[in-house]
Amino acid sequence: MRTTYTISIFTEDRIGLLNRITIIFTRRHINILSITASESEVKGIYRYTIVVSVSEETITKLITQIDKQVEVLKAFYHENSEIIFREIALYKISAEALNQNDLFSKIIHENNARIVSISSDYIVVEKTGDEMEILNLFNSLEIFGMLEYARSGKVAVTKPMKTLTTYLKELENNSKITIKHFNNN
Amino acid sequence: MIHNKYNKEVTGAEALILALLDEGVKDVFGYPGGAIMPVYDALYDYTDKLNHYLVRHEQGATHAAQGYSRVSGKPGVVFATSGPGATNLITGIADAQIDSTPLVCITGQVSSQFLGTDAFQETDVVGISMPVTKWNIQVTNASEIAPAIAKAFYIATTGRPGPVLVDITKDAQFGKTVYNYEKCHSIRSYFPYPKINTESVKQAAALINDAKRPFILCGHGVLLSNAQNQLLALAEKGNIPVASTLLGLSAFPAQHELYVGYLGMHGNYGPNLLTNECDVLIAIGMRFDDRVTGNVNKYAKQAKVIHFEIDPSEINKIIPAEVPVLGDAKEALELLLPLIKTKNRKEWLDRFVECHEIELEKVINNAIEPTTEKIRMSEVIDKFYKQSKGKAIVVTDVGQHQMITTRYYKFNDTNTNVTSGGLGTMGFGLPASIGAKIAKPEKQVVAVIGDGGFQMTIQELGTIMQSNIAVKIIVLNNNFLGMVRQWQQLFFDRRYSFTEMKNPDFIAIAKGYGIKGKKVSEREDLNESIKEMLDSNEAYILEVVVENEENVFPMITTGAGVSEIILE
Ligand SMILES: Cc1ncc(C[n+]2csc(CCOP(=O)(O)OP(=O)(O)O)c2C)c(N)n1
Repeated sequence: MRTTYTISIFTEDRIGLLNRITIIFTRRHINILSITASESEVKGIYRYTIVVSVSEETITKLITQIDKQVEVLKAFYHENSEIIFREIALYKISAEALNQNDLFSKIIHENNARIVSISSDYIVVEKTGDEMEILNLFNSLEIFGMLEYARSGKVAVTKPMKTLTTYLKELENNSKITIKHFNNN
Repeated sequence: MIHNKYNKEVTGAEALILALLDEGVKDVFGYPGGAIMPVYDALYDYTDKLNHYLVRHEQGATHAAQGYSRVSGKPGVVFATSGPGATNLITGIADAQIDSTPLVCITGQVSSQFLGTDAFQETDVVGISMPVTKWNIQVTNASEIAPAIAKAFYIATTGRPGPVLVDITKDAQFGKTVYNYEKCHSIRSYFPYPKINTESVKQAAALINDAKRPFILCGHGVLLSNAQNQLLALAEKGNIPVASTLLGLSAFPAQHELYVGYLGMHGNYGPNLLTNECDVLIAIGMRFDDRVTGNVNKYAKQAKVIHFEIDPSEINKIIPAEVPVLGDAKEALELLLPLIKTKNRKEWLDRFVECHEIELEKVINNAIEPTTEKIRMSEVIDKFYKQSKGKAIVVTDVGQHQMITTRYYKFNDTNTNVTSGGLGTMGFGLPASIGAKIAKPEKQVVAVIGDGGFQMTIQELGTIMQSNIAVKIIVLNNNFLGMVRQWQQLFFDRRYSFTEMKNPDFIAIAKGYGIKGKKVSEREDLNESIKEMLDSNEAYILEVVVENEENVFPMITTGAGVSEIILE
């Protein structure tokens, strides 16, 4: 059975690492539904958020493969119930929407959206929320003529979790425990 | 010797050479070209400290480095230029990755200002090699070379070893830097040696002590962690039979009474059959490759599995483990040993003896006795085994001859089996034997190769000639791509589609390279010719004309379980 999982990966800041991680998915013929990358709360450590729909067996195997990458600090996976997540979407519609100002204002208001830019030809509306909410607004605004639409990937924080800084401390202590070199003879 | 004290300003290229020396590197396999010329120029002043072996194709450099690493335990080092030089490394790197062999590959790259411009001989080798390296990096600045090399050696050789690649732009090689070497001892995001959970070790011991029919599967990991003695002690203390994977061969003495043979598709009858009769399966440093398990749905379902493994991603990947013991095999076995109780398991051991007798009668006796008109591969290997007393380093290529060699050569010396297991790379054998001989010049190194695979890297005879490498080469010539032909015969209705080979005169080719050789097709000349080959103190090629349509048995066919192994 497939479930939607959100994978959070904490990594060192390294050129090409994202490529190394996406290869793990490509090689297993798994489609990435969304992906975002940004610096985490700790300077120099990056957080990738990747959403996939796979079986539980697959997700556990994926995580160990991701963790195996030398510059990955740690990878976690969560079901939707274990995380708080949001997406952001921008909708560019024709300025003619202002001709039906009442309806337009009502849609914006009811959807908890906001206008971020108005010009003589177009209006840009912004909305944060989950996938459904974002899609609903799209459907409502479509009557005004959708000129452009962009949706971010998911960003997520987990509900209960050790803070990254505690985790990093543990890592640093661990890596001092056993240091041995490959030596055959 | 650390060169810090000099604190001198050098070029990036010289920094690379100094870093290699600080890592204790003595031998490098490589091939020059435009983008790595500064490195070769720097090397020119260090040939008294660093031996460079000029191969004839970059693939040969990777396989030679693999052979070197496998028998010495040290990482193999490779130099290649950008573009085609770099892409020619990929097969060998992929082979090293899947067979956990530490390599440090250095590639030259176009100058940083040309990156991404489709410059002459520019190729994205970092991108191309990403799926087949444990780690890789591109360096664009002279000062970054030494730290990159330090990290490269640390990553390649620790934990589950593997190949790494450092791509150095030409401007970084020319650039000036103050040389300062600091070895790498840890990386905060990398835990090569998981701390062993003593609770799991206790659980493993309890399972083993309660077992009536425990069975040890020994893999390459035993050799990589140097746990041969601990394995021997475990087997002897518990009276537990030991079987080996292809890459685990030579980790346990083949003549030992607890050694029951070799696992997998063309392995021995007993260990395959009885995998499905044991009650506790003790897998040590092996990864349940499909060539070992056959159909996983019919694999050891009755057994409780204990899995000693250093790589967390291998646990439960193929076969679920009742008790996983994560960590270095040697360390784990040392913790396990005092907890093991001695038990008499004669009845269980006798099952293996019975199976061996069946295999002797149905397969082995026939294979090593003169029962066919032409010489059979198995006769050659049996005679070579007897003459070398099982003490040679045996390097094999890929195909029937590989399966026959690993079946009929009894590895009596530790770490003497070098073959391409996971990738099954034809062309591996000849260059790998060169590397093995360079690493262990005092040992008899013998490559056994098919007529097909020999022609995949035959140009490395040039390396043997130029560097005077005294490897011995047995070419088992059946005028077929034998292993594929066997499958065509058994599963494709004998439709021999493009598997017959018209071969050149191998001995004349050898002669062209100044290498001694002899072609044998008569049984009565075989023993004497093998002796002549082994006695030669320089390189020697022995071509043996063998039965054209011999099949390797036993066999576990596709989709079949290990206990459905067929004998004929
Ligand atoms: C590079 C590569 N190409 C193709 C194969 C597929 N293959 C596996 S065994 C084999 C036949 C090998 O023939 P030969 O070297 O003559 O050895 P034999 O099996 O006859 O002993 C082939 C083609 C391979 N393993 N590697």
